[in-house]
Amino acid sequence: MCLAVPSRVVELHGDGSATVDTLGVRRRVSLELLGEEVSEGDYLLIHVGFAIQKLDERSAQESLRLFEEILKQEGETGED
Amino acid sequence: MKTELRDPDLIRTLLRRIEREAKELPLPLHIMEFCGGHTHAIVKHGIDSLLEGVVRFVHGPGCPVCVIPTTRIDLALELARMPGVTLCTYGDMIRVPGSRGKSLRDLRAEGYDVRALYSCLDALRIAEENPGREVVFFAIGFETTTPQTAVLIKRARQWGLTNLSVVSNHVITPAAIQHILNAPELRSIGAVRIDAFIGPGHVSAVIGTEPYRYFAEDFMKPVVISGFEPADILQSVLMIVRQLREGRAQVENQYLRAVREEGNPKAQELVAEVFELRKEFEWRGLGVVPYSSLRINRAYEAYDAEKRFPVKPPPPREHPACICGRVIRGVALPTDCKLFGNPCTPSHPIGSCMVSSEGVCSAYFRYRGVTSSSSG
Repeated sequence: MCLAVPSRVVELHGDGSATVDTLGVRRRVSLELLGEEVSEGDYLLIHVGFAIQKLDERSAQESLRLFEEILKQEGETGED
Repeated sequence: MKTELRDPDLIRTLLRRIEREAKELPLPLHIMEFCGGHTHAIVKHGIDSLLEGVVRFVHGPGCPVCVIPTTRIDLALELARMPGVTLCTYGDMIRVPGSRGKSLRDLRAEGYDVRALYSCLDALRIAEENPGREVVFFAIGFETTTPQTAVLIKRARQWGLTNLSVVSNHVITPAAIQHILNAPELRSIGAVRIDAFIGPGHVSAVIGTEPYRYFAEDFMKPVVISGFEPADILQSVLMIVRQLREGRAQVENQYLRAVREEGNPKAQELVAEVFELRKEFEWRGLGVVPYSSLRINRAYEAYDAEKRFPVKPPPPREHPACICGRVIRGVALPTDCKLFGNPCTPSHPIGSCMVSSEGVCSAYFRYRGVTSSSSG
């Protein structure tokens, strides 16, 4: 139940719901727990038929950048 | 995003850093991952084996199906047996055996009306289409599913449905963590060392980071809220190692892409509107935990199935050999159980930890097989 997989919004319906794509599976979910605007292409965390949070693209990119930096630093210190 | 977070070079680099930086700490570090989703990721990707000797992962009680005690399952069974009742709940719940080994699935096979829902809102349609039946939703889950139940109850009122009610078994994560750290009776029945916590990712997406501050500071235990990919978990371990080295005990957030400091305020408001704290609630494995669960408040009590159907099941009976409670507390591993793998399996579960896809026993069965020995 806590195993939410990030799902991409493929279509917004006018009634507070959206169709999302979860690893190739499409389903309709409710957006009514979200306090913010959702657009097509956004990634959402889905729990039992509801989006509970929108993933923040900038933070995701920031984390990846941090990981790249870790890899680079480790390469330079040349351990192992 | 997925591929990068499983990049072998990145994983190796993070492992090396953890080993290097943890060297002077008392090893192995005991880190409790509260959430069942983390347990599965750790066991599935073998992160515990990769960090053997450096970190011992203590699996926590964050599996909603696992922590529901037998007495509540018996309550669901009694309700399902009542004439005219249609009992609805989330998938895994219907397979958990109550006293005398019977599950909701068994009752369904006997002809009782038991339904597994994906979304709790499906109960609205069932109630509307079956005005002659009492539709009862047996609600379970941590903070990730409580707001949805709040929406269901509000919608039932809007639709004017009088044949729909809810049994709330919604439980609260911070209360359980505090209880694990606090309870003297837990220590006497066997406690385990815990140096730090990997905080739940999706629970925190709803409640935010603030609720953990109290026990991070008061119990001096670092908490790092983590994502679920291997690199996320390893980075969280590294952040814990750094806190321990520097003598800090803070709440840090590794899962920035999903967890904001304030959580999801709209979901929190919905929960506050419909629910209130129960004085106490029994958890499987943890016993009675004060202020650790939610019941429907007075404004919505017409939808409270526990008030509508005053059912009192007889005292529960547990399977004498099942050690689910000890597994949930983190003091035993699935492989310590005589029933593990034979006869207890995911298709014929005896204890709740084998039922749920988030349960520790199910994770070990799926990814370790039945012959491997424990790593702890």
